[in-house]
Amino acid sequence: MDLSTLTAHELHDMLKARKVSSREITQAVLDRISGVEDRVRAYVTVTADEALEAARAVDERIARGDEIGPLTGIPAAIKDNMCTRGVLTTCASKILHNFVPPYDATVVERLSQAGAVIIGKTNLDEFAMGSSTENSGLFVTHNPWDVTKVPGGSSGGSAAAVSAGEAIFALGSDTGGSIRQPASFCGVVGLKPTYGRVSRYGLVAFASSLDQIGPITRDVTDTALVLQTIAGKDPLDSTSVDVPVPDYSAALRNDVRGLKIGVPSELFAQGVQPEIADAVWKGIKLLKSLGADYREVPMPIMEYTLPTYYILAPAEASSNLARYDGVRYGHRSRHSPDVLSMFSKTRDEGFGAEVKQRIMIGTYALSAGYYDAYYLKAQKVRTLVRQAYDEAFKEFDVLISPTSPTVAFGIGERVDDPYQMKLADVCTIPVNMAGIPGLSLTCGFHDGMPIGLQIMGKPFDEETVLRVAYTFEQNTDYYKRQPGLN
Amino acid sequence: MKLSKAEVEHVAWLARLELSDEEKDRLTGHLNQILLHFGKLQELDTSEVEPTSHSIPIQNAFREDVVGACLSVEDAISNAPEARDDYFVVPQVVEM
Repeated sequence: MDLSTLTAHELHDMLKARKVSSREITQAVLDRISGVEDRVRAYVTVTADEALEAARAVDERIARGDEIGPLTGIPAAIKDNMCTRGVLTTCASKILHNFVPPYDATVVERLSQAGAVIIGKTNLDEFAMGSSTENSGLFVTHNPWDVTKVPGGSSGGSAAAVSAGEAIFALGSDTGGSIRQPASFCGVVGLKPTYGRVSRYGLVAFASSLDQIGPITRDVTDTALVLQTIAGKDPLDSTSVDVPVPDYSAALRNDVRGLKIGVPSELFAQGVQPEIADAVWKGIKLLKSLGADYREVPMPIMEYTLPTYYILAPAEASSNLARYDGVRYGHRSRHSPDVLSMFSKTRDEGFGAEVKQRIMIGTYALSAGYYDAYYLKAQKVRTLVRQAYDEAFKEFDVLISPTSPTVAFGIGERVDDPYQMKLADVCTIPVNMAGIPGLSLTCGFHDGMPIGLQIMGKPFDEETVLRVAYTFEQNTDYYKRQPGLN
Repeated sequence: MKLSKAEVEHVAWLARLELSDEEKDRLTGHLNQILLHFGKLQELDTSEVEPTSHSIPIQNAFREDVVGACLSVEDAISNAPEARDDYFVVPQVVEM
């Protein structure tokens, strides 16, 4: 049996029963990477020696009779925009091509404390800006279900790694859908927690009011286990919220009786392919047959979220990326006569086209004379988005929509049309704007490619989101299907 | 609201990006495309709406004013393209 195809909870049971060692699991995943990485290209850096050493340490603990936690000894991949001490962290950008952080992100620290085995750092769209991982400044990652197709983005490397068996679980980050959309394209589960649920310390900032870290896993049980480990107030992140972390595994009940599902009409319009809409509706009706109730709910503000997001996120990014100036880390342009030209040349040489575009849009939207018309306006529309969700959640427990309007598209198909590319995020963006939790899981296939169903919940109500996802998963078998990559 | 190349150059200067002519042309085109879509927001009446900067509002995220552990100077300059003693070295800043 190939250990790399199992879930964390299955492997945990085997570890506890001493049927397998962490070293064997880690080696199986490393072998899988050797076998398929040439076609998937999920990893920027594989930390094989460190992983085997960590696995050895876990096996010693088990041999001593120590208690182990659910993630102990389990190989995990980390998106390359999260700081890992002593390990290259590039954000898939030339401007950080040689950056080795002197500290761990809090989520990395928490996973390490829990005994997880960090296998490596995964590819992403540069600085998390993109929906296909084609904006990586390093190389393109391929979808394990069809290597001519994109894995989605920006956490494409993490989603592809989990889908291909190159990691048992992974961490991604999500600003406008960057966990959920690649999870849907790669047929795995992706959760963006409530804003402030998980610490952003050590996550290279893209848009500080929208960014969140979350798990990418093979099934919902693993989602709960990873969230349990990474969630919680962090004194190092003042935007992390001091709300108690419940027992997420206890929320995993196969029961949606009495649950009220809202179905936002607009999220089924905006370019959603009929096959996608059909599959998601089938999923909603399945939940109804299991005791839930649903009603379509118009949320007209959804038509305005894409332009709003494309003001807010680039504006915040233009501020966050101002630090890349060649002074303290990363690339520095050579032969600059003065410091100002050093800044400008460094940034022009180091940033890719998409990043430059977003910095420009953001700088413009914040500049004198335009701030009110663009940034301030967008922040007010954001209030309307939040209010629309608040209103909907007075009646409904969760809202369900497609994760993305299409399945994974071909590599190179959309690079020349930036707005088409961004339409891939139209169902996921509003969730970040409102700060609420959103999860994607597989609800069907179209032309052999996975279709994602998105479940949105009230702030800090990941428990209900997980329960709905678990119920859906346990009454279908999409989650058991794996890409036929050999 | 169409951006001229001169305006694009001004924004590039604000953003400290030294763009090639080809990049300036491409970006002018792209930005104008995106700005068209922003016009849609004018359809919404937000005159009575407060802006949101924090989707999940929290107040007074303070901590005690106590010195704790921090990065050593050695760690902090470990990635410097050029460093000397405890300093980051850069091209001349002040005109003599």
